[in-house]
Amino acid sequence: MDKSLISQLEKIVGKDGVLSTTEDLAVYGYDATFAEHRPDVVVLPRCTEQVSQVVVLAGRERIPLVTRGMGSGMAAASVPFNGGITLAMTRMNRILEIDEVNATVRVESGIVTADLQTAVEKLGLFYPPDPSSIRHSTIGGNIACNAGGPRCLKYGVTGDYVLGLTVVMADGNILHTGGKCIKDVVGYDLTALFTGSEGTLGVITEALLRLVTRPKFARTALAEFSSLETASRTVNAILAAGIVPATLELMDETAITCIEESMHLGLPLGVEAILLIETDGSDENAVLREIEAIEGICQECGARQVKVARDESERSKLWQARRSVSPALARRAPNKLGEDITVPRSAIPEAIRRIKAISAKHGLPIVIFGHAGDGNLHPNILFDKRDPEQWSKVEQMVAEEFAVALELGGTLSGEHGVGALKRPYMEQALGPVSIDIQKRIKQALDPLNILNPGKVFPD
Amino acid sequence: MTQAENLRQPSEDQYLNCIRCGACLAVCPTYREYLSETASPRGRVALARKGLEGELELSPNLLEQMYACFDCMACNTTCPVGIHPADLAIEMRHVQEQIYPARWKQTLFGGLISWPERMEQATWPLRVYEKMGFRRLAYATGIRRLLPGKVRDMEAMLPHLPQRPLRQVLPEITPAAFPSPVGEGRGGVRVGFFLGCAQSLMFAEQSAATVRVLSRNGCTVITPKETVCCGMPALGYGRPDRVQEQARQNIALFERAQVETIVTDCATCGSTLKDYGRLLADDPDWGERAAAFSARVRDISEFLMTIPLEKPQGRVEARVTYHDPCHLRRGQGVWKQPRALLQMIDGIEFVELREADWCCGSAGSQLITHYETSLKVLKRKTDSIASTRAEYIASGCPGCQMQLNVGVQRSGLDVKVVHPIELLDRAYSPSPSALPHRGRGLIPSASGSVERVREIGRRDG
Repeated sequence: MDKSLISQLEKIVGKDGVLSTTEDLAVYGYDATFAEHRPDVVVLPRCTEQVSQVVVLAGRERIPLVTRGMGSGMAAASVPFNGGITLAMTRMNRILEIDEVNATVRVESGIVTADLQTAVEKLGLFYPPDPSSIRHSTIGGNIACNAGGPRCLKYGVTGDYVLGLTVVMADGNILHTGGKCIKDVVGYDLTALFTGSEGTLGVITEALLRLVTRPKFARTALAEFSSLETASRTVNAILAAGIVPATLELMDETAITCIEESMHLGLPLGVEAILLIETDGSDENAVLREIEAIEGICQECGARQVKVARDESERSKLWQARRSVSPALARRAPNKLGEDITVPRSAIPEAIRRIKAISAKHGLPIVIFGHAGDGNLHPNILFDKRDPEQWSKVEQMVAEEFAVALELGGTLSGEHGVGALKRPYMEQALGPVSIDIQKRIKQALDPLNILNPGKVFPD
Repeated sequence: MTQAENLRQPSEDQYLNCIRCGACLAVCPTYREYLSETASPRGRVALARKGLEGELELSPNLLEQMYACFDCMACNTTCPVGIHPADLAIEMRHVQEQIYPARWKQTLFGGLISWPERMEQATWPLRVYEKMGFRRLAYATGIRRLLPGKVRDMEAMLPHLPQRPLRQVLPEITPAAFPSPVGEGRGGVRVGFFLGCAQSLMFAEQSAATVRVLSRNGCTVITPKETVCCGMPALGYGRPDRVQEQARQNIALFERAQVETIVTDCATCGSTLKDYGRLLADDPDWGERAAAFSARVRDISEFLMTIPLEKPQGRVEARVTYHDPCHLRRGQGVWKQPRALLQMIDGIEFVELREADWCCGSAGSQLITHYETSLKVLKRKTDSIASTRAEYIASGCPGCQMQLNVGVQRSGLDVKVVHPIELLDRAYSPSPSALPHRGRGLIPSASGSVERVREIGRRDG
């Protein structure tokens, strides 16, 4: 990168906010996927005003600008394929205000989501979205990808908690959207527009988030099934009974075995699937009644055994198991490719049947786990990338997984986002009219195409 | 051909499995202060891999990133895939020594640290500083405040220094004070004591207390005098070859001592001694001997919790908290025992420290080599300590204690930094006159030392 540009950037954010050694650039080239490409310079701003100046500079010099948090994304959305400036928001990590009366929190976008949660929980408040990366992802990244997590079944996704945003636009203007009102119908919902925009429309620098009261009680049950099919039908039986558990997670046999091999938590072996179900709330009796009702439904549906965690340590063991699924798979095969297709809940059993058929057809294992309650599945293909034959199969299998989701009225991604990896499937998923409208929005807000170019839309 | 092809490659080759999930960023002290990927375990793993595979040059800047790691090992235990990024950083330092060998390391680790007498001579000025009253003077007159900040912090690291290194004072054999309830015959259990360099040179009172407590609980303590540095400094500076030599000497000494157990009261020494088996695994003559040696090593708190321990009659009226040394908690998996030890003392009100196992920023010499980062990491620790309102912070590691001394002084806290064994020793011997076996005369008393350090600190504040 041009020396004079570096010194201009240093003038804006200070010397320690600009990284440009070969080594710095090499480690800012990846996220949690295989994809990799180095930026030309990394900038770590401290405030919205600095971001604005950096964006103006990028626009003037026609340099691509890619915003990122902690780089834990699953879709290569923050990988700078065109080089340019990587804007790392991690140093903008302050909590600006916790409003207990209105139950809101205003934060800078680089705060780690778990840190934000801990801070509000001290005051009896609760920020529910819980992506698995909660300790190593930022709220800005969560908002830009509209992250989900197990608890979203009952509590909704990140976007359901965003009341307002501060966004630096492509021309450097600073936009404030939303406010503390729960109801607000004045003008287009720009907050929703930027939520899930993956850094293509503006740079989110601050967020105003809605909080709820922290649930005081929780009960977790583990139901074992000798058939995956029965387990997936049970999911619908529970929801049809009018119970909304906080979480309703499914793990198949391979997932269970992988965790048990690496962690020895005492999970049941020799079953085809387990459901991990949690109820929570402020009324202990209601929470107990719900978990008992769920226990009954599981048994009626043909569960081999249902166990309710007796205490906090049993409960946390079960959740530790669930959170470890994805990484535990990495111990099983040199590589894994996890997608997060989502289908309407009525289609869950059929989706699982078809994914297993894809696995059988190509001869590579697909592990299935995920947030079954909201239809968000994580089929993970296990393979060895060094084997070109396997790798070409994987690409074919992913395409087939997406086809299953779309055929069943579902979507490509429930919570990871499109990034670079799912672009080829966008047209198929959304159709030409939707793509055209979205491209025109992008064109209107970022006419020079400097903000995270080459992401989300097919060329 | 890559630059690294002809070099001894890291044995920690699990880095190939990194899925780049980022889980290690959450627990890394250097990342959490700098909030930059370059200062994170995932970043270091990526750089190591790119360097070794030839995608990047193994440049001085790349290798410097391996020294930015504090080796607290939090990433090792967090990595869901089972990679040990901290171990990889250490091994990369060895790669650096092969490409850019540093002569001072040869001098330091080959010439100085391997010879206890030379270490003692080299640190003589520090003892004179303390002994002749210069230190007291520096505090009393406020001259110390005129020192540049960095030098002042180095000075604050020093505990109340012993007049003579403990190695010169401690007898080779300290008999059991009472017949052991567990030992075979009247002699009690024969326990080897590995006296660490920092313990002997700077924290002599603590190790004296360790030996007293062992003796009191029926152990005959054998302290070989020719032991050399455990090897951690050389390992940390990329010279595992030196460590192997040091290991062989220490192993041979304890083999001759014929002890069932080798106890140390230094977390760092303990973790290195327990690692000898791995470090010498490929040595046909020493592999098995090293493994047998390592299997016998115990931290003092770990060992005491395995023998029937006399309940102390004295009381220590104080609010006490505990900081987990990385080399004890993650290096050895010992964390319950020191807490249990403190809690068996009547009068102690034990409060758990928030993030007790978060690195204090010492990492051996980071305060000297990475001053700014070390202080940032330390600040997080001292803030936690302040919130406990404890009067004592206990920690069984000389490196941590020196660092905590700096933190306590910088933050102006009224907290005394101690080794857990000192408090136990005090509970056994409430006042100096009541010391039941003090008459042996050869083991200096620990009483008073802690208060004196504090006294010095107060004058400065």
